[in-house]
Amino acid sequence: MPNLMSGARILVECLVREGVDCIFGYPGGVTLPVYDVLYDHPIRHVLMRHEENAAFAASGYARSTGRVGVCCATSGPGSTNLVTGLVDALMDSVPIVAITGQVSTKAIGSDAFQEADTFGITRSCTKHNYLVKNLKDLPAVVHEAFYIASTGRPGPVLIDIPKDVLQGQAHYTPVSAIHLPGYKVITEGHTGQIRRAAQMIWEAERPLVYAGGGIISSGAHQELRELVELIDAPAVLTLMGLGALPGDHPNFISMPGMHGSYAANMSMTHADLLIALGVRFDDRVTGRLSAFAPHAKVIHVDIDPVEIGKNRAADLPIVGDARRVLAKLLKVLRDTLGERERKAEARRAWWRQIRAWQREHPLEPVFSDTEIKPQHLMVEIDRLTNGEAIITADVGQHQMWAAQFIRFKKPRHWLCSGGLGSMGFGLPAAIGAQFAWPDKLVVAVVGDGGFQMSIPELATIASNRLPIKVVICNNGYLGMVRQWQTLFYNNRLCAVTMEGFPDIEKLGAAYGIPGRIVERPEQLSRALEEAFREPGPYLLDVRVSPEENVYPMVPAGAALNEMVLGPPRPVPVPK
Amino acid sequence: MLQVISLLVENKPGALMRVTGVLSARGYNIESLTVARTLDPTLSRMTIVVDVDPALRRQVIKQMNRLVNVLQASDLTEERAVAREMVLLRVRAPLESRTAILKEAEIFSARVVDSSVEGFVLEASGDPEKLDEFIDVMRAYGEIEVTRSGIVAVSLEPRRLRLSPPVPTGRAEREEAASRLGDVSSS
Ligand SMILES: Cc1cc2nc3c(=O)[nH]c(=O)nc-3n(C[C@H](O)[C@H](O)[C@H](O)COP(=O)(O)OP(=O)(O)OC[C@H]3O[C@@H](n4cnc5c(N)ncnc54)[C@H](O)[C@@H]3O)c2cc1C
Ligand SMILES: Cc1ncc(C[n+]2csc(CCOP(=O)(O)OP(=O)(O)O)c2C)c(N)n1
Ligand SMILES: [Mg+2]
Repeated sequence: MPNLMSGARILVECLVREGVDCIFGYPGGVTLPVYDVLYDHPIRHVLMRHEENAAFAASGYARSTGRVGVCCATSGPGSTNLVTGLVDALMDSVPIVAITGQVSTKAIGSDAFQEADTFGITRSCTKHNYLVKNLKDLPAVVHEAFYIASTGRPGPVLIDIPKDVLQGQAHYTPVSAIHLPGYKVITEGHTGQIRRAAQMIWEAERPLVYAGGGIISSGAHQELRELVELIDAPAVLTLMGLGALPGDHPNFISMPGMHGSYAANMSMTHADLLIALGVRFDDRVTGRLSAFAPHAKVIHVDIDPVEIGKNRAADLPIVGDARRVLAKLLKVLRDTLGERERKAEARRAWWRQIRAWQREHPLEPVFSDTEIKPQHLMVEIDRLTNGEAIITADVGQHQMWAAQFIRFKKPRHWLCSGGLGSMGFGLPAAIGAQFAWPDKLVVAVVGDGGFQMSIPELATIASNRLPIKVVICNNGYLGMVRQWQTLFYNNRLCAVTMEGFPDIEKLGAAYGIPGRIVERPEQLSRALEEAFREPGPYLLDVRVSPEENVYPMVPAGAALNEMVLGPPRPVPVPK
Repeated sequence: MLQVISLLVENKPGALMRVTGVLSARGYNIESLTVARTLDPTLSRMTIVVDVDPALRRQVIKQMNRLVNVLQASDLTEERAVAREMVLLRVRAPLESRTAILKEAEIFSARVVDSSVEGFVLEASGDPEKLDEFIDVMRAYGEIEVTRSGIVAVSLEPRRLRLSPPVPTGRAEREEAASRLGDVSSS
């Protein structure tokens, strides 16, 4: 006879079978049965200071490993606090499973204490969600949730479990198979289409690889590298794709889009073939869609059919997993390698043009003798971490400068909120990543605004002695919003001044974390070195020049080639 | 133009909301919606009529097909299909118009399902446009009250239903199964 177990224990048994080693959560009345099981269980529960941060931490864990991150919250306020983290994971295709407690089945719908319609609220915030009303359904649901979260286009899945289900007793027999007849995952990619793609690639005179988050989630970085080298094509990587190619790879141009480089955006505009791999033609990348890549045919590889043709019609759609499709494509390309010479002359001219664009307006950091430029900060972080650290960013100007100037060698080392752009992401995501990679250097690069959304998590860092280095790019403003007010609202600055930023040394001291302010450019390098060398956590408040703007910038509604390259220069007076 | 969407969905709580959520998230107003179990009681057939921007039709169908509970969503608007609807209509019929009403009902093949001194309840089914006409005609006889079922439709084209096979549970088991499918990096 199989064991008689509580619902909560069955839940945890199923988590073990899914390989879960760590849960980020916050307890409450209805999840007490779960916590009673976790009391003496090897699965580690990390007590966060807010449920939103539990979801972000699970996301940081998932983004840095590719495995499913798990978070847990109680009913009512606990589950509503998760919402931002769920939508964030949905937008960036991150596999997380959220477990929420619910009031007892009999009380559901009666405005019971701490009741919220979690199943209804999170329907549009998740890839899929469940309300488990019968204990007998629980094991299959848990396994389905992990399967759905981690396969196909990854995403968040929520399981809402009423207290009586957690408390109920049942004989537990492990489920051996799950059946989801309507859940279709197409991985293989149509062979005929792949052959046609190879043909289009050899025929192109100005090909451009445009790759993104799908390469990272598929683990296709090696295949991507082989592709760009085999066909010797230039490549741009979206904000979510950074690290898919080494940042110093000669074929890598830079990030395209709103804050992409001149060369990347000009390449997009002039290419005659876009090889789009695991990207979703986001508006931050395309600028005005009707003027985007006007000369290009598009090969679009994506595992989610919904993405194909959503924003830009694909001349050659391929639904499939990027890694599998690229492996097949590489084989066809190698078999037809003789064709490589066909457009050799035009390809050389294309490269010359791209190199010229790069020379004309390089992505160059700005330095000053008197103040720390934010770009300078990122260059120093890049130099000292050398692509080996896991770097999380919050949202805003600092995120863009980090993306522009930190070069990532490997995938899953750059974690940021791209699609939702949720401030307050950077620090809790670093917590998740540090739990997944206890021996790695994890640096959270955050703005002074976003940092103040995350301060409570300093307690999580301190109590778990996580050696996270928090680098605050402190410009005294909600910088990204200030930039828009400056550029598009006549510099009428409203609600963007961040007065009252705490004294970081005292704040750190309150948590037992060393903190330091750096103001002089000549001190920056030493200060960062010392912070990174510190065995424990560290807070570095870097005072950067407040009025710096992120350039290049494609104004909202403009085409990529209408980007603004820099601040208006004073017009030279003719002699 | 109205789009007729036919769906085969798992008969599970929340499935209906997921499907209509695809439409409501875009602010579309549903003209009609019918759901009922199929021969297999674990499945339901839905027919939705909705006014979708023509450029977004395929997108909407793809979004519905992406839902875990949807086995199949298809657009019947541009294929051979039969659409039918039923109407229950209450008409007040004073003595002098009773015969005329019954005559009209016969023309539209409507049946009398209730008859009283106040009037009739008539049941008609068929092509939705024919029902519009029926309702118009009946309106001429005075105050009417109408309940329409919404359209049910069936495709006349043979269609293969592709269902996903069961998968093993547990991370280790799944990774093992995936590696048996062939590791792409070695090819
Ligand atoms: C302030 C701010 C400014 C920004 N500016 C820029 C900018 O200038 N440039 C920029 O690039 N971004 C920018 N972004 C980010 C932007 O909003 C988007 O998040 C990003 O461009 C999307 O990246 P992606 O196209 O790689 O898609 P992702 O969101 O990473 O989506 C991944 C795609 O890959 C597919 N996929 C998933 N798994 C697989 C698989 N196994 N095989 C194949 N396909 C798969 C998915 O279906 C999806 O279509 C900015 C964000 C913020 C917050
Ligand atoms: C939760 C949330 N609220 C508001 C915004 C809008 N927003 C985008 S960037 C930004 C400013 C961020 O300021 P800071 O953290 O100091 O970073 P900076 O831009 O100065 O580098 C704001 C308010 C957001 N992205 N997320
Ligand atoms: Mg700031």
